[in-house]
Amino acid sequence: MTRVDLAIIGAGPAGMAAAALAARQGLRVTLLDEQPRAGGQIYRDVDRAAALRGDLLGPDYTHGATLTAALKHSGVDHVSGAVVWAIEEGFALSYTKDGRGAQVMADRVLLATGAIERPMPLPGWTLPGVMTAGAGQILLKQSGVLARRAVLVGTGPLLYLTAAQMLRAGTPPLALVETATRSDLLGAMRHLGGALRGWRYLLKGLGLLAELKRGGVKRHVGATGLAIEGLARAEALSFSAGGKSHRIACDTVYLHHGVVPNVQAARSLGIAHDWNAAQACFLPRLDIWGQSDVPGIYVAGDSAGIGGAKVAEEAGRLAALHVAQAAGRITQTELDRQAAPLRATLARERAVRPFLDRAYPPCPEALAPADATLICRCEEVTAGDIRNYASLGCVGPNQAKAFGRAGMGPCQGRYCGLTVTALLAEANGQTPDATGYYRVRAPLKPVTLGELAQMDQTAQDAAE
Amino acid sequence: MNNASPFLETETASRVTVTFAGAPLDLPLGANLAAALLTAGVGAFRQTPVSGAPRGPFCMMGACFDCLVEIDGVARQACMTEVTAGLQIDRPHEGDHDAG
Ligand SMILES: Cc1cc2nc3c(=O)[nH]c(=O)nc-3n(C[C@H](O)[C@H](O)[C@H](O)COP(=O)(O)OP(=O)(O)OC[C@H]3O[C@@H](n4cnc5c(N)ncnc54)[C@H](O)[C@@H]3O)c2cc1C
Ligand code: FES
Repeated sequence: MTRVDLAIIGAGPAGMAAAALAARQGLRVTLLDEQPRAGGQIYRDVDRAAALRGDLLGPDYTHGATLTAALKHSGVDHVSGAVVWAIEEGFALSYTKDGRGAQVMADRVLLATGAIERPMPLPGWTLPGVMTAGAGQILLKQSGVLARRAVLVGTGPLLYLTAAQMLRAGTPPLALVETATRSDLLGAMRHLGGALRGWRYLLKGLGLLAELKRGGVKRHVGATGLAIEGLARAEALSFSAGGKSHRIACDTVYLHHGVVPNVQAARSLGIAHDWNAAQACFLPRLDIWGQSDVPGIYVAGDSAGIGGAKVAEEAGRLAALHVAQAAGRITQTELDRQAAPLRATLARERAVRPFLDRAYPPCPEALAPADATLICRCEEVTAGDIRNYASLGCVGPNQAKAFGRAGMGPCQGRYCGLTVTALLAEANGQTPDATGYYRVRAPLKPVTLGELAQMDQTAQDAAE
Repeated sequence: MNNASPFLETETASRVTVTFAGAPLDLPLGANLAAALLTAGVGAFRQTPVSGAPRGPFCMMGACFDCLVEIDGVARQACMTEVTAGLQIDRPHEGDHDAG
């Protein structure tokens, strides 16, 4: 079995930057990602798609090609199409690639598993035709596929960006329905302070909005009473805005109200997490290098807390440097010297988060859904069910599993975990920290017996 | 190009024949299977084991499992699968999804 100095899960900006830097310091690095090609979410498929539609996707997207190029020439063993489903003591990482199980041993592990979109439980959100805005963007980036009649719903820069990319591709959305209000934006401006970068973000957002307006995309702000209508698939979005009720017939609804860390891998290792009120999600507890309370396990990028692509890149490098120092490849002095400019960029980039968090707050109706709304997509549990469990004495998400099947379906709570915590916390008058989160156990993704059998065979062959 | 589909395809690739729930479909070789099925006009990929409600791709990044299909008797996420010639794709059998 291979043993490396550093195994990295996730080939987004955090993982790619960390891998290339660690390899440059002389470390043996394996980079595992379940996607067929490097890039992560923001730079999905950049090596193929930049040439085809880089103009639609914009320079923030094509920047990713610098990272994939550095990775290619780094000597990193990048295993694509590798789904990591267990990380055990020592550390042993088990993964599946092409239907075969395999393992790699590593002295240290960097989790760079990125974010997922914040669950947005609204009436009708499980109907075919309802997807996340990120999914719509992935369809465009990776496959060149566009929704002909889509409505975008929610809040945040990614919603604007997706809308603008659709417009540039010649299929503008039918409408942009925002849940944030004008006063959210005005209130957030106070947090811009003197940070020039903050103003740039603001201008970028306003620029996208102006582009959408010129393109004739109808925009509604402060939408409430959101519901997706349809029997077998999405047929319309209804909502109230500006004192009027609206109904927009459509085939596709793209939902988005921010992204939250993908914590599955970190949770499965038992890493301590704390509630972050500003981002309304749990974050792994890390030191200034990104190392967790499980020595040797690091977390960087959006899986460590939402900071965006640039933060992910530099935080990945910071973790890689610390690993190089811990493995004896560089001295403490060298570590500090190389870390200083990274920290400066991180501080500058992170200074805009308070503004972004306040300008685009999550949609209140989706944070505390109506009783009849499904919150667990897999097992079809409603918000009312969870409130009912609370009234019967249920205090935490793991206990909820004794009352019903929330979180026990194939997505393993990825799209209901935060909602269940929020509903129980609210019903019991407790903090999210006291309420807790699902215990996540391996396998992180289902593994078949065939894949396991292949893994035993490979191990045996190696032993012989 | 399929005009009945809510989704528009902008790339051209050579096509291969697969079957979905027994019916033949011509999909672009090497394409993302979930994207290709959506473009071919397939909206509902599966039904939930609990209520039989129809489901289709939601996240396109391997996290939600709503795009599950069955290929060679194994439940697979269509959004994490590439189109190859001769794929025999079925709707997953009820209850199978949580066996793995
Ligand atoms: C759908 C989506 C679209 C986004 N689009 C944009 C955008 O256009 N612009 C923007 O500025 N920001 C975007 N973001 C925000 C994004 O999170 C950050 O910009 C950036 O991509 C974070 O980088 P990262 O390296 O932390 O993680 P990511 O780029 O998310 O990379 C994480 C990688 O880890 C892999 N992975 C996770 N778990 C496993 C596992 N168990 N086994 C194997 N591999 C695994 C994933 O396949 C993924 O490639 C998007 C986020 C999402 C969720
Ligand atoms: S669409 Fe979510 S897992 Fe495939």
